[in-house]
Amino acid sequence: MVENRPFLNFLTHFVLIIGIGMVVFPVYLAFIASTRGPSDFLTGVVPMTPGHQMLENYGVLLGTGASNAGAPPFLLMLGNSLAMAILVAIGKIAISIISAFAIVYFRFPFRTVAFWIIFMTLMLPIEVRILPTYKVVADLGMLNSYSGLVIPVIASATATFLFRQFFLTVPEEMMEAARVDGAGPMKFFWDILLPLSRTNIAALFIIMFIYGWNQYLWPMLITTEPGYYTVVMGIKRLAAVLDGDTQWNLVMAGVILAALPPVLVIIFMQRLFVKGLVETEK
Amino acid sequence: MQTKRTVFQSRLLPYFLIAPQLLITIVFFVWPAVQAVWQSFLRQDPFGLKDTFVGLANYTRLLQDPDYLNSLTVTFVFSIGVTVLSMGLSLLFAICVNRVIRSQRFYTTLLVWPYAVAPAASGLLWWFMFNPSVGIIPYVLEHFGYSWNHRLNPNNAMILIIIAAAWKQISYNFLFFVAGLQSVPHSLTEAAAIDGAGPIKRFWTVVFPLLSPTTFFLAVINITYAMFDTFPIIDAATSGGPSQSTNILVYKVYADGFVGLNLGPSAAQSVVLMLIVVVLTVVQFRWIERKVQY
Repeated sequence: MVENRPFLNFLTHFVLIIGIGMVVFPVYLAFIASTRGPSDFLTGVVPMTPGHQMLENYGVLLGTGASNAGAPPFLLMLGNSLAMAILVAIGKIAISIISAFAIVYFRFPFRTVAFWIIFMTLMLPIEVRILPTYKVVADLGMLNSYSGLVIPVIASATATFLFRQFFLTVPEEMMEAARVDGAGPMKFFWDILLPLSRTNIAALFIIMFIYGWNQYLWPMLITTEPGYYTVVMGIKRLAAVLDGDTQWNLVMAGVILAALPPVLVIIFMQRLFVKGLVETEK
Repeated sequence: MQTKRTVFQSRLLPYFLIAPQLLITIVFFVWPAVQAVWQSFLRQDPFGLKDTFVGLANYTRLLQDPDYLNSLTVTFVFSIGVTVLSMGLSLLFAICVNRVIRSQRFYTTLLVWPYAVAPAASGLLWWFMFNPSVGIIPYVLEHFGYSWNHRLNPNNAMILIIIAAAWKQISYNFLFFVAGLQSVPHSLTEAAAIDGAGPIKRFWTVVFPLLSPTTFFLAVINITYAMFDTFPIIDAATSGGPSQSTNILVYKVYADGFVGLNLGPSAAQSVVLMLIVVVLTVVQFRWIERKVQY
């Protein structure tokens, strides 16, 4: 800081506290609603203090789901989301790191073409090719399956670029030394490159985990069996079906359950998360 | 394109290494995209039995469709609204966090977590806050004599989705602005202070110009976000209504194609969206390399 200005310091903290209030308030309100009974909303406005129904509400959602709304138990959907998020993160990292390895450490015909094809995925988000992609997945018989949830979304240009940039900074001498000692390409990859990429892999894992967890349109398109629902699409169904006589307490408990796992990941691994976020956008 | 000075000699191995990524890209990205382009030149007869080649007819029809033109306007207003609101707030918070010394980590932690909240959840959170029958905001507005109803009032619906989308994006912009502010050399602000510039003047004449690469980069990212990643927010909060007032392009493709099964016109819309992404990606990559410099 250049000079000391007490009023400006006060203003700074004031603005930040207001900002945090704005960011936290919707979630606070949702949490309050999730601890209330259904009749607490009849007065026409949300109560501002916690009620006593928290355990019942969450218990009902986790164990049996909202039976009258046709939403499956949240425990099942949370499990599906967890499986999808982890498989997407691992899949993206695995196929990206080996393709970056091929692009940086080998020269082969059509290398540049391959690189550009991978680059194109950046320009084709799922939203612009909904129907034909759905058709491909349907033709392959991958509707209502974990492979259908995961495989079509694990191509990743950003992860490939990140590893490519990182590999380019690895000193040439490492590979030369490995070659002199008689290590083949795969041995070099496993014993030297992979350990060196540990931090990058961890940072990327966090970003991709959140990406996988928060997928909405894709699971909504390809799952029609409740057994494969993920939690993020599940809460929307809960809200939509209950709309006639919305059980706000259950809907908001669902929102909290869907949002909590990735938020906890960010809070406890903030340093890695920030690294991952900043690096993937370079 | 760059490789290492010396490379491994292997004829087949690199193809095996790159095959999984390429295969998935071609099967699930490139092939469907080609299909969409092809479909956009066809029109299906009413019974879905036969496709006829109609050239650009789907596109000309699209550009004469008042609903589509409305969707373009809506998307434009929405993207600008989200970008300005979330970038403005995050810049303000970033400046403040950059000023405080001891509690920086504390404030940062409390500001970044909405990044992890799913867009659909964010849509539902604000839908609840603004709900005309139980929401807190309509309740407060009522006391000021304003009756809020985003189910009937198009402007209210637009405000709702802009706030819900901007809320989620604040943390992202905030992190990049903080990084940008921290790379502004202290010697410059100190020199300006010695010359007698106050904090506000210092910000606008020294710091803000140096932030312009970050600002530009974030503007592109935010527009991309508002156009393509906000589908769940719209679906959860307004479903495109009332009377098409929040029907952004991405939502319209879904509604016309997947729900309405209007194949040709929907494919034409997809192709227009692809062109927009291509332009945004090219802008992003060109300018990040060149940077906006003074």
